Amino acid sequence: MKDKTAADTASDAAQPLKTGAQCVIDGLVKAGCEVLFGYPGGAVLDIFNCLYDAPFNFVLTRHEQGAVHMADGYARATGKPGCCLVTSGPGATNTVTGLATAYMDGIPLVCITGQVALNMIGNDAFQEADVIGITRPVTKHNFLVRSADELPDIIAKAFYIATTGKPGPVVIDIPKNIQKQKTAALPPETVTMRAYHPDMPVNPAEIAQFADLINRAARPLLYVGGGAINGDASEVLSALAHKANIPVCTTLMALGVFSEDDPLSLRMLGMHGSVAANYAVDHCDLLISAGARFDDRVTGKISAFATKATIVHIDIDRSSIGKSVRADLGVHGYVKPVLEAVLPFVQPAQHEEWLEQVNRWKDRFPFAYPEQGDVIMPQYVIEQIYEVSKGKAVVTTDVGQHQMWATQFFRYTVPRNFISSGGLGTMGFGLPASIGAQLGRRDDLVVCVTGDGGVQMNFQELVVAVEHQLPIVVVIINNGFLGMVRQWQELFYGRRYSGVMLSQHGRAPNEQIPEAQKYLPDFVMMAEAHGACARRIFKPEEVAPALAEAFASRKTWVIECIVSPEANVFPMIPPGSHVAEMINRTV
Amino acid sequence: MKNIINCLVENQPGVLARIVGLISGRGYNIDTLNVGPTADPTVSKMTIVVPGDAHVIAQVTHQLSKQVDVIEVVNMTNRRHLDRELILVRVATQDHHSRAEIVDLAALFMARVVAVQEESVTIQMVGNQETVADFLRLLKPYEVIDISRTGVIAVGREVLEHDARHAANHA
Repeated sequence: MKDKTAADTASDAAQPLKTGAQCVIDGLVKAGCEVLFGYPGGAVLDIFNCLYDAPFNFVLTRHEQGAVHMADGYARATGKPGCCLVTSGPGATNTVTGLATAYMDGIPLVCITGQVALNMIGNDAFQEADVIGITRPVTKHNFLVRSADELPDIIAKAFYIATTGKPGPVVIDIPKNIQKQKTAALPPETVTMRAYHPDMPVNPAEIAQFADLINRAARPLLYVGGGAINGDASEVLSALAHKANIPVCTTLMALGVFSEDDPLSLRMLGMHGSVAANYAVDHCDLLISAGARFDDRVTGKISAFATKATIVHIDIDRSSIGKSVRADLGVHGYVKPVLEAVLPFVQPAQHEEWLEQVNRWKDRFPFAYPEQGDVIMPQYVIEQIYEVSKGKAVVTTDVGQHQMWATQFFRYTVPRNFISSGGLGTMGFGLPASIGAQLGRRDDLVVCVTGDGGVQMNFQELVVAVEHQLPIVVVIINNGFLGMVRQWQELFYGRRYSGVMLSQHGRAPNEQIPEAQKYLPDFVMMAEAHGACARRIFKPEEVAPALAEAFASRKTWVIECIVSPEANVFPMIPPGSHVAEMINRTV
Repeated sequence: MKNIINCLVENQPGVLARIVGLISGRGYNIDTLNVGPTADPTVSKMTIVVPGDAHVIAQVTHQLSKQVDVIEVVNMTNRRHLDRELILVRVATQDHHSRAEIVDLAALFMARVVAVQEESVTIQMVGNQETVADFLRLLKPYEVIDISRTGVIAVGREVLEHDARHAANHA
């Protein structure tokens, strides 16, 4: 007699059978999905059919890359996993940049991709791609579903993997026939996995050693990364910093985890970080890295990084500890329980001399920029966004100069208010991410700071903001250049501006266009064609009123600021260099 | 330095590709790789020989450990273990002198002649990394027509009381 399948057993017990597609929707509901971003296609028709009755919102994006960035922005703004659904082949390959973005920054996502039927896999079927193979290096994990019976379990596992340990994106590739297949399988009550154990108990011996290092340090410094935001460690971080008077600098990924208004804050460190933060790294005798991974944009020249310091590295990702910089003490665990465990053993301290030194640097080298004439300085726009929003805006960015100015001239005081592609540096991230962020936080003001380059990479998603009546304000810092690349060409390639002119005269001989036109594309017309309100401004005195009007309107706005074309981001520690080689031309 | 890493993984499709992609994607080399079933049908064992210094091996080990399908990773190099590789090597024999020499050499290594043709002999040899390397070095003067190697496999040995004490004294 043949073995009974799950479906046979269920029909014996007269339980209703579900299709694989229904299991997908049920799995998303069970995982707490509030909004699903996606784009349909032939290989996910069955799921879309069930989606019609789903109790959560579906947002139709205009490109699959936009769907992943929206899910990502939603996850970064809320701390909850983002969800997206796309079809096979090109639908799935279009998610790759979004997945890689989330993977580099440790953002929890579940991305469901359709696949051709199991018996067609490997046949070069219509819209077939080896999605498991393609997404393997850019996801925390991926699953190819081979039977509807395993689908409820896989969905539960996918959310568990995405949200625990160092979070990350998980892909579930579901062949079309599996979506139609019937099953009696139910979602598991709890997820257990033999080979995956994200919980890491705090090791008392490490904590004792850690506390001892803090208590003996004369010049301690906290260097905090995105892991502290993922791990919700803001409060205990502040308690530790204040108990022992330890100054705090953060990475791009951790802006706001420690209030930048706090006297102990040195703001961001690294290539375009504050002078004080980078000097402090160079002079400290104890560097406590909490949920950061010593990215090359932070360390510069590794052999010259924090040479006077004992380095403590707290990370939930064991492979991160000692990967690029030696750790004198590695503490494998989540930031929050580790800091909570060490806090009682830390003796109150003043570190007066050290703080005086650090404050001198802060006073002497604030973020600054050359004086503004009739032309808007890009840094001024960011300052005005800060002023007019009273520092309350959720800021998303693309990548490049405007992104760095958004870190320097806006002060972040709470976690999850700065949303940016840190590790991968993905242009085209900002606009879709702002849509995800706004859908997760309806009552907050969301401002997308972008450039004339980055905004064109996913401009089509603006229509999504408009049709859902999201009051996002997109501020385009238009300098007519791909500004950060231009800055590197200016500083390191003798001003040979190659491939960076977006709309201006002066292109290289082999990039000449017959007739240079002003304002091409016309962002105002483009925005209006997408149904958004829009205006273009040229003068410094126009900035604050334009922002105020847009912020108050509760409508989708695009404000194009024509700014000084060759402003640079300073300070800058050239790549692979030591802090002593910092360039800082602010006048 | 060559390191032998034993890796227990879920016996599922795609796991081999994941492991290989992980190691190559991070710029490390694989000398040999062997995969086979274990006593538990849901678990496979991979033996991976990776060249590199302590830093490289620590990275490879940690990166492997954090994979969702990887149950256990052990660097066998650091502990009592046995390792073996099987090779099949076909060597040209121009005349009966060279054939006799090759057969003699094989006997010294307790290798077996498994096929004899008019102009070649095929030898099956089993040994640890060092012995295999020695044997191949001594075959250099002859013309090796073809060689197939299984790659290293390794198994842990019981930790003897003496070793445990020794290790404790050094800890």
